[in-house]
Amino acid sequence: MSSWGVALFNRDLRLSVRIGGSALVGVLFFLAVVTVIPFGVGPDLNLLARIGPAILWIGALLATLLGLDRLFQADREDGTLDLMLMAGRPLELVVLIKCLAHWVATGLPLVVAAPLLGIFLNLDPVAMGAVTLTLLVGTPALTLIGAIGAALTVSLRRGGLLLAVLVIPLAIPVLIFGVSAADAAIHDPVPFLTPFLILTALSLIAAVVGPVAAAMALRFSAD
Amino acid sequence: MTELPTNKAPSIIRRSSPLKLIAENLTIDRGGRRVFQDLSFTLESGTALVVTGANGIGKSSLLRTLAGLVSLAGGAMHVEGGEDDRPLAEYAHYFGHQNAVKPALTALENLVFWQSFIASVRIDAFAGAAVPPEEALATLGIGHTAQLPAGYLSAGQTRRLALARLLVTPRPVWLMDEPTSALDTASEAQLLGLMNDHLGSGGMIVTATHTELALSNTRVLHLRAAEPVRTLTEELDA
Repeated sequence: MSSWGVALFNRDLRLSVRIGGSALVGVLFFLAVVTVIPFGVGPDLNLLARIGPAILWIGALLATLLGLDRLFQADREDGTLDLMLMAGRPLELVVLIKCLAHWVATGLPLVVAAPLLGIFLNLDPVAMGAVTLTLLVGTPALTLIGAIGAALTVSLRRGGLLLAVLVIPLAIPVLIFGVSAADAAIHDPVPFLTPFLILTALSLIAAVVGPVAAAMALRFSAD
Repeated sequence: MTELPTNKAPSIIRRSSPLKLIAENLTIDRGGRRVFQDLSFTLESGTALVVTGANGIGKSSLLRTLAGLVSLAGGAMHVEGGEDDRPLAEYAHYFGHQNAVKPALTALENLVFWQSFIASVRIDAFAGAAVPPEEALATLGIGHTAQLPAGYLSAGQTRRLALARLLVTPRPVWLMDEPTSALDTASEAQLLGLMNDHLGSGGMIVTATHTELALSNTRVLHLRAAEPVRTLTEELDA
């Protein structure tokens, strides 16, 4: 696992940094979604603060979906995927490492940008910290669940939209517990830890189910 | 069906037995259509199997099947004389129409990645050794492009970079689909040299091609569409 895993991780990270700056595109999209909301909702600061965590979470979900369709497709188009299937490495681990690299390149920048965007939504520092923490724990689940959709739609030319339709229903639990954990941190009587631990559990479950399901889909896609 | 070479008695010590690729009654369906049925052949180490036939007859399908990329509708294939639990795909390099080269990475980065990612096969019966990436690029005449993003390479250079992948990780079976495409005459001669070296070190090659390849030890598998006898192999000693 050691050296080939590191090689794969470095390669994927290098590719996503060099091609089109996917991190920057994701963050810009996140910014666009979040800044457009106050214009639609109106200048009600209390309302913005109340729905702020939810907006940040929805923005992160959409920004994550944006880059996912290329996760396996780029490798399939140039024949890399065929060689990965023959390489003699466990495909589930290959998927997990690719997801990890993808998250570092696209998910982590969203987490870093979240506190800044929180200012736009009139979030107080506690709420900002809570949203950032829940995004840090929850966005890996979005990438890993998205990997299933990416693997299923890998052979489709315009699979991006289908991918979103497939993935969004599966991402709803993550969204629910992410937002409720962030809300619980802001509103006192509700315990923060309960939804937060469930969110963590969802990420861990996705780390098992995502790679296994995606690897299965990729094996069939080679035909 | 096919003319099988003489079946030797199974050797008692498996480890020291020579490497052998055995395909039995391969049947493939693609897109609901039967491509071929009950195709059998045996390939000993040091020999090349040249698959010929008209367009669309199933040459590429056969190679992709051997590579484990197309699932079998029937039959079995395995490598004898290696480790028992390894599927054929993990003994093989697939050199297909696509180069699997990332334009954003340099030529050397592409090659170094494949060297560490693809598991090499080390068995007694096969003497192939791993060539260091820089050396492989130099051998193929693209050493000067090592630090260049692969996107700037010409089609022929990209093809040679893809070929270098076969040298940096030793694997006994080379599955080559139209290996000479996009190569000039000089590189074609060099490719033949590399293929002959591979055969010399106990490797095997299965190649689908339209051009005559002057390989040292060749057998030809000609795929034909005729219904009663679908396939025919004939021995050639070149």
